[in-house]
Amino acid sequence: MDTFLDALSAAFALIFAGDADLLQILSLSLQVSLSAVAIAVLIGMPLGGLIAIRRFPGRQVLIVVFNALMGLPPVVVGLGVYLLLSRSGPFGVFGLLYTPTAMIIAQVILVVPIIVSLTRQTLDALWREYSETLNSLAASPAQSLVAVLWDARFSLITAVLAGLGRAIAEVGAVMIVGGNIDSVTRVMTTAIALEASKGELALALGLGIILLLVSVCLNLFGHGMTRLVTNEATQ
Amino acid sequence: MTDRQHQPSGAILPLSLQGVGLFRDGKRVIKDVDCTFEGREDNAPGKTFIVGPNGAGKSLLLRICHGLVRPDEGRVIWLGDAAKDANTVKKRQAMVFQRPVLLRRSAQANIDFALSLRGIPRSERSDRVQALLQQTGLGRLAKTPARALSFGEQQRLALARALAIEPELLYLDEPTASLDPASAHMVEDLVEQAVSKGTRVIMSSHDLAQTARMADDVIFMHRGRIKERAVAADFFNAPKNDLARDFLDGKLLWWRRRSIYGSEGEPCG
Ligand SMILES: Nc1ncnc2c1ncn2[C@@H]1O[C@H](COP(=O)(O)OP(=O)(O)O)[C@@H](O)[C@H]1O
Ligand SMILES: [Mg+2]
Repeated sequence: MDTFLDALSAAFALIFAGDADLLQILSLSLQVSLSAVAIAVLIGMPLGGLIAIRRFPGRQVLIVVFNALMGLPPVVVGLGVYLLLSRSGPFGVFGLLYTPTAMIIAQVILVVPIIVSLTRQTLDALWREYSETLNSLAASPAQSLVAVLWDARFSLITAVLAGLGRAIAEVGAVMIVGGNIDSVTRVMTTAIALEASKGELALALGLGIILLLVSVCLNLFGHGMTRLVTNEATQ
Repeated sequence: MTDRQHQPSGAILPLSLQGVGLFRDGKRVIKDVDCTFEGREDNAPGKTFIVGPNGAGKSLLLRICHGLVRPDEGRVIWLGDAAKDANTVKKRQAMVFQRPVLLRRSAQANIDFALSLRGIPRSERSDRVQALLQQTGLGRLAKTPARALSFGEQQRLALARALAIEPELLYLDEPTASLDPASAHMVEDLVEQAVSKGTRVIMSSHDLAQTARMADDVIFMHRGRIKERAVAADFFNAPKNDLARDFLDGKLLWWRRRSIYGSEGEPCG
């Protein structure tokens, strides 16, 4: 209980002190995770949409695979990306290991399956309803994809938030490919892990509370956006 | 409204079905359908009505013509096989479904979408959209979400969306079923207007009075077959087919496999 109270006061102290290190770590966290989610959306939404509206051999297998990949352990992804980016790996020449770029790459891999699966699921229902009408209107597959993605855009905010939650909370992948280097690749989760390992439990928990607050704010923002713009046009 | 300069040029009619059959759940639901729909320039009738009991196959036949359902047997032939690619043929047709599906957008956006699919530039679209909304009596509902419209308004919006592309061939699947008389009248008017501008209409209807009032020729279907095709006046005055006669007399009930009095009867036409 004491630790928890200490954690709370640590969190408040950090927030109100406007601690420069904290701000730097927090902004890198947001930078990495928001970039990763943005890239994952650009890849995952069209892909999920295509799986929803096209019928092709292996489609069911693809659906199961992407569903399974949602549970991909971050450490495993981290290791995979590490091997690809390490000096002796195929992409070693780019020297990306232990950079924020490497962390973004790892998180993109973690988030894409979530975006693909949730987009596919959301669009499946809409497509069942729209397909015959779009076919009748002579919409091309690309035009149909754009139409269902657009009309489902507010439901798809949930998919984005789920992806963002996964990205910002994971520690395994960013730790391995980023290396938790002070003021270079240290993010909220790796900082928490470090403080915890040093026995600074209150500080670790305080950082955890701040991370939680940020996460809640992002979700409130997403939820508010959905509420604000959802009307009968989207029901 | 009448200019067709933005449309893919060239006619797609006549449309011919040859030996068309369709299976659903292991049952033949469309059988041996042979029929032709001529283009308007040949002075052919503008409005062909498809009538028959529920489950006769009217909706499926419209879908086969429109290319939404591929028949398991037989062929669908456009312009005597001289038609350009399937996409051009598709773009010259439109359909209003029995239960229209409107996009989760405003009324005007639904029409705008259909026009945008035909590559009509944004600058021209908005005038045409407003004109269509006025024409279908939806002018003041332009910005209303399509899903919030009443059923009759949704049906008219679906019709406006279909008319927007100025189709050469328009399919209507019981477009006035479950509409109040005023809405039904409005839909009938809009169909007549389209026909007077040169659109060829193929329409299913369960409303015999409406069919008698509007149809140029009538196709009578029963259990997946075309049993009779005749000029409307002939069909109503002297149906050649026993089932058609019973249907007109109201004796052909949808749940009976055969008519109460007649036998299967010979397919005509
Ligand atoms: N997807 C389907 N699966 C099984 N049977 C179907 C399917 N679609 C239509 N049918 C059957 O085909 C017959 C014709 O249907 P339909 O064309 O809708 O009739 P109508 O429009 O004349 O009332 C009906 O008996 C219907 O039950
Ligand atoms: Mg029907």
